[in-house]
Amino acid sequence: MSKKILLDKINIEGIKSFDVYRANGGYASVEKALKMAPNDVIEEVKKSGLRGRGGAGFPTGMKWSFLDKKSGRPKYLVCNADESEPGTFKDRYLMEFIPHLLIEGMIVSSFALEANLSFIYVRGEFRWIIKILEQAIAEAKRAGFLGKNILGTGYDLELVVQTGAGAYICGEETALLESLEGKRGLPRIKPPFPAVVGLYGMPTVVNNVESIAVVPWIVLNSGEEYAKVGTAKSAGTKLISACGNINKPGVYEIELGLPVEEFIFSEEYCGGIANGKRMKAVVAGGSSVPILPTELILKTAAGENRLMSYESLSDGGFATGTMLGSGGFIVYDEDQCIVRNTWNFARFYHHESCGQCSPCREGTGWMERILHSIENGHGKMSDIDLLWDVQRKIEGNTICPLGDAAAWPVASAIRHFREEFEWHVMEPKECMNRNYGLREKSIMSIA
Amino acid sequence: MLAVKSGKQVEFSPAAMDRAREIISRYPDGKQKSALLPLLHLVQDEFGNWLSVDSMDYIARLLHIQPIEVYEVATFYSMYNMQPVGRFLLEICHTGPCEIRGAEELISTLQNKLLIKVGETSADGMFTLKRVECLAACGYAPMLQCGMHYHEFLDSEEKIDRLLNDLRSKATQNN
Repeated sequence: MSKKILLDKINIEGIKSFDVYRANGGYASVEKALKMAPNDVIEEVKKSGLRGRGGAGFPTGMKWSFLDKKSGRPKYLVCNADESEPGTFKDRYLMEFIPHLLIEGMIVSSFALEANLSFIYVRGEFRWIIKILEQAIAEAKRAGFLGKNILGTGYDLELVVQTGAGAYICGEETALLESLEGKRGLPRIKPPFPAVVGLYGMPTVVNNVESIAVVPWIVLNSGEEYAKVGTAKSAGTKLISACGNINKPGVYEIELGLPVEEFIFSEEYCGGIANGKRMKAVVAGGSSVPILPTELILKTAAGENRLMSYESLSDGGFATGTMLGSGGFIVYDEDQCIVRNTWNFARFYHHESCGQCSPCREGTGWMERILHSIENGHGKMSDIDLLWDVQRKIEGNTICPLGDAAAWPVASAIRHFREEFEWHVMEPKECMNRNYGLREKSIMSIA
Repeated sequence: MLAVKSGKQVEFSPAAMDRAREIISRYPDGKQKSALLPLLHLVQDEFGNWLSVDSMDYIARLLHIQPIEVYEVATFYSMYNMQPVGRFLLEICHTGPCEIRGAEELISTLQNKLLIKVGETSADGMFTLKRVECLAACGYAPMLQCGMHYHEFLDSEEKIDRLLNDLRSKATQNN
């Protein structure tokens, strides 16, 4: 078994409740941190090498150190629990099964950032999780870990669970802040960054659930200890939500640096490909990151074993590599149609584009229509080049990264599976019958 | 989009009003508009699982903001229903990871059993079918959301039948 930092207590019976969580060492990091200077807590997180677990991988400690503390304005910490990246369902797991870990992390992190009002922005569909978190907050408050004068130290903190309402774009941090202010989730132009002008125009840090949930361990065990786990450039462990055509879909905590092959095929993790099929492709970090064919996800272009780490997954750039992203790991077997999957993702991004920037608003719809046409046997060879052209003109030309996120799956599908697109164009009748058998398959055969 | 007035007087019950006041009190002074999304959920839950113009205007008055500030938000987010829906709104995820584990089969089975298409409500007013994008249940596909709950691994006719029967009997018990 590899090292567990986030999920080491997940199997303790009743760990969802405050009493059991506390009896198993919970909230000890609050007791320790509140005796430290806030900036010393930030230093520990810096030393840990922790990188943001939402997808971008930006160093958390550095993000914290950018927060404008000098101007004396109110500061806010906002936890991004708007988990919506296709393939990603890890934060949900943490919040549902060990909610106090996030609450503990929020208290310690808020203290480090000198925030007295902090928010957890949860996607609205997670209605039962919102209840779980509100109950956990009430329990922590009764025990004196939230509210006025926490543990007699003079530090005050209120924690609010904010409900989203169904919009992928609100996972982008400035769209999230707009939404939290009661507006449409339209991303803001950066700079200014939230660290200077964030929620209500005040200095704000936005962090992913998993990033915040790691902070208690770092405070208790030190940043140096955390940095010893994983690889030099990818410190620590990461939650990976594995799905698709595998035997054991679910959420796994891995030590960064684990070989991809071991993750997919060992019994400890995904347990191999379902139904005795062969693997065709993998999307390693949520729908936004480039899809890779089997040979490139298992080995880099240089022939080295591909590892589950930021640097190994991105080895080779977008020509032959991908990204760790959010840890949403989607495995495709030999029966899956890359054109259909790319169309499906293009439809997703078209649906979720906020409409602010024309390259994204128009381009995502254009890509969806072209892909739909190819997928349904009406495509022309020139459509493949047109598709390439459209995605290239979206990438880098939008306010927020949704444009890039929409372009990359299309670009990588064409880059690595161009012959499959061409086959759809040349053999429209055959491809109509082949869309992984959808048209013939009855509901019973998938059981 | 904002086609329908409810024709009903929209006003929170005392219990719902307590809840609304508690929500509004969470934010710093002058930032009460932050309560808009939670209050729209509340008014939707209280008045038939959709947002009439009357409901939205009521929230605008409660927060002292213009109705247009409510409409633009309500129409932006996918969870607010801008038209009446059936007793149970079945929201089926059809994004990639669910699709490769049988989302389309789930949708066609539901359509056949309920004799409606996606976007329609069954004749008895019991079920409405809706396609939605990723609900973060990719490892437990195929799945749908109904109200508070996710129903996952709906990969056989038997499981789908059981879910529909459970919901029907829930409706009878509550009546």
